[in-house]
Amino acid sequence: MHELLNTIYTLDLAPFALSFKLATITTLILFVVALPLAWQLSQSPSKVKPIIESLVSLPLVLPPSVLGFYLLVAFSSFDLAFTFKGLVVASCFYSLPFMVQPLQGGFESLNKNMIESSYIAGKNKWVTLFRVALPNIKPALMTALIITFAHTVGEFGVVLMIGGSIPDETRVASIAIYDLMNNLEYGKAHIYSAIMLLISFAVLLSVYIFNHKQKYFKGVRA
Amino acid sequence: MIALKINKALCGAKGEMNLEVDLKIKQGEFLAISGESGAGKSTLLRILAGLEKADGEVIVNGQNWKDVPVQQRQIGFVFQDFGLFENMSVEQNLLFVSNNKELANELLNITQLSELKRRKPNTLSGGQKQRVALARAFMNYPKILLLDEPLSALNHEMRLKLQNDILALHQRFGCTTLMISHDASDIYRMASHIIVMELGKVIKEGTAKEVFSTNTSHLNGEVLEVQKDKIVVLIGQQLIELKVSKDKQFNIGERVEIQANF
Repeated sequence: MHELLNTIYTLDLAPFALSFKLATITTLILFVVALPLAWQLSQSPSKVKPIIESLVSLPLVLPPSVLGFYLLVAFSSFDLAFTFKGLVVASCFYSLPFMVQPLQGGFESLNKNMIESSYIAGKNKWVTLFRVALPNIKPALMTALIITFAHTVGEFGVVLMIGGSIPDETRVASIAIYDLMNNLEYGKAHIYSAIMLLISFAVLLSVYIFNHKQKYFKGVRA
Repeated sequence: MIALKINKALCGAKGEMNLEVDLKIKQGEFLAISGESGAGKSTLLRILAGLEKADGEVIVNGQNWKDVPVQQRQIGFVFQDFGLFENMSVEQNLLFVSNNKELANELLNITQLSELKRRKPNTLSGGQKQRVALARAFMNYPKILLLDEPLSALNHEMRLKLQNDILALHQRFGCTTLMISHDASDIYRMASHIIVMELGKVIKEGTAKEVFSTNTSHLNGEVLEVQKDKIVVLIGQQLIELKVSKDKQFNIGERVEIQANF
């Protein structure tokens, strides 16, 4: 017991801080990039749409090592390998579908006539996006933001290939657990893993509670 | 003056068809469009609004609207499912179109929505939503008003009131109005002209009187019930029980023509 408390007191929380910093920055960048992309995809009847959709969804099916390999090749000329910036760029590619898909799905489920009413009222695509479309897809927006955040926190393969394990630079929580395992420090690995498990569960729970409330209150609010 | 000459391939309920309409509508006219569902009525309004493309041309007051985007057409459109902005209150729905509070208040008064102006659309009844959509359609002083079955969700009393409101607004704003409707009373009271469409073509055109009362001694009805020696027929909104000879066969749902001999 004493040993456990001691381990908790001396626990290095830097990998968690780094994970959250990476996830926050990635989520913000992806929101800015994915919002117009998802909006255009949802409104476009274009023939190239399936090609763009496939490209966006690639990270869902590609082995992280394939993405990591190509990114490393690309990074060699930009000095980004094994840096925090490199991790941010890699995470943006890797988590792109988690931001785009819920937003696009939300936009596509909107009443078409509501969007058209905004055009008829003389508003352009962007005013319509920010004042009509986005405020009406709050559950999808919430899902996109939180799942992107959580997915970035949970990244492992790509981060390992791109960033390695440099303390305070690229050593995020998932990598730290892997290192602890390799060093046979099971006590710490247990605690790190438990923290990750709890945080992931809390994040998902908050999304589902929020979306449940949105649906429920939409029906009964007077 | 609106001159429409359009052609568009449509996938209707009865397979592929061509929407082919050649139509001239005078400035300030109130035109009713009638016809079975799937005849291309809504598509016609959507093409005029610039929401759908079609071959041919749409000329409004001498200007070709081919390259005029929907935003610049200055149109009022009441959709069948209203298309209200769910995130905004009733009043905000109107002010989103144009920030003219005076006009918004006037329209809310006419449509008896002032009490409900802070409510969100999802808390309103179908008839109330319809009135919001109607009020909103006038917020940009439309040159052309397009109504897709604007009175279908209303009870009789509200329907009569809204017929008057639409007529009053139509006259006040002087907009050319196209209204899709199946209801003879709406059309008779409001429209100066009517076209009937079938499978993408205009099959009848004229005043309501000309189109609806082709033969005053004939009534068209639908058989609702078949008994031994009598049938129940629906004519308009009225049920009539008729004695029939036993050797004649009737089926439920069959359309029948009844001749009155006085």
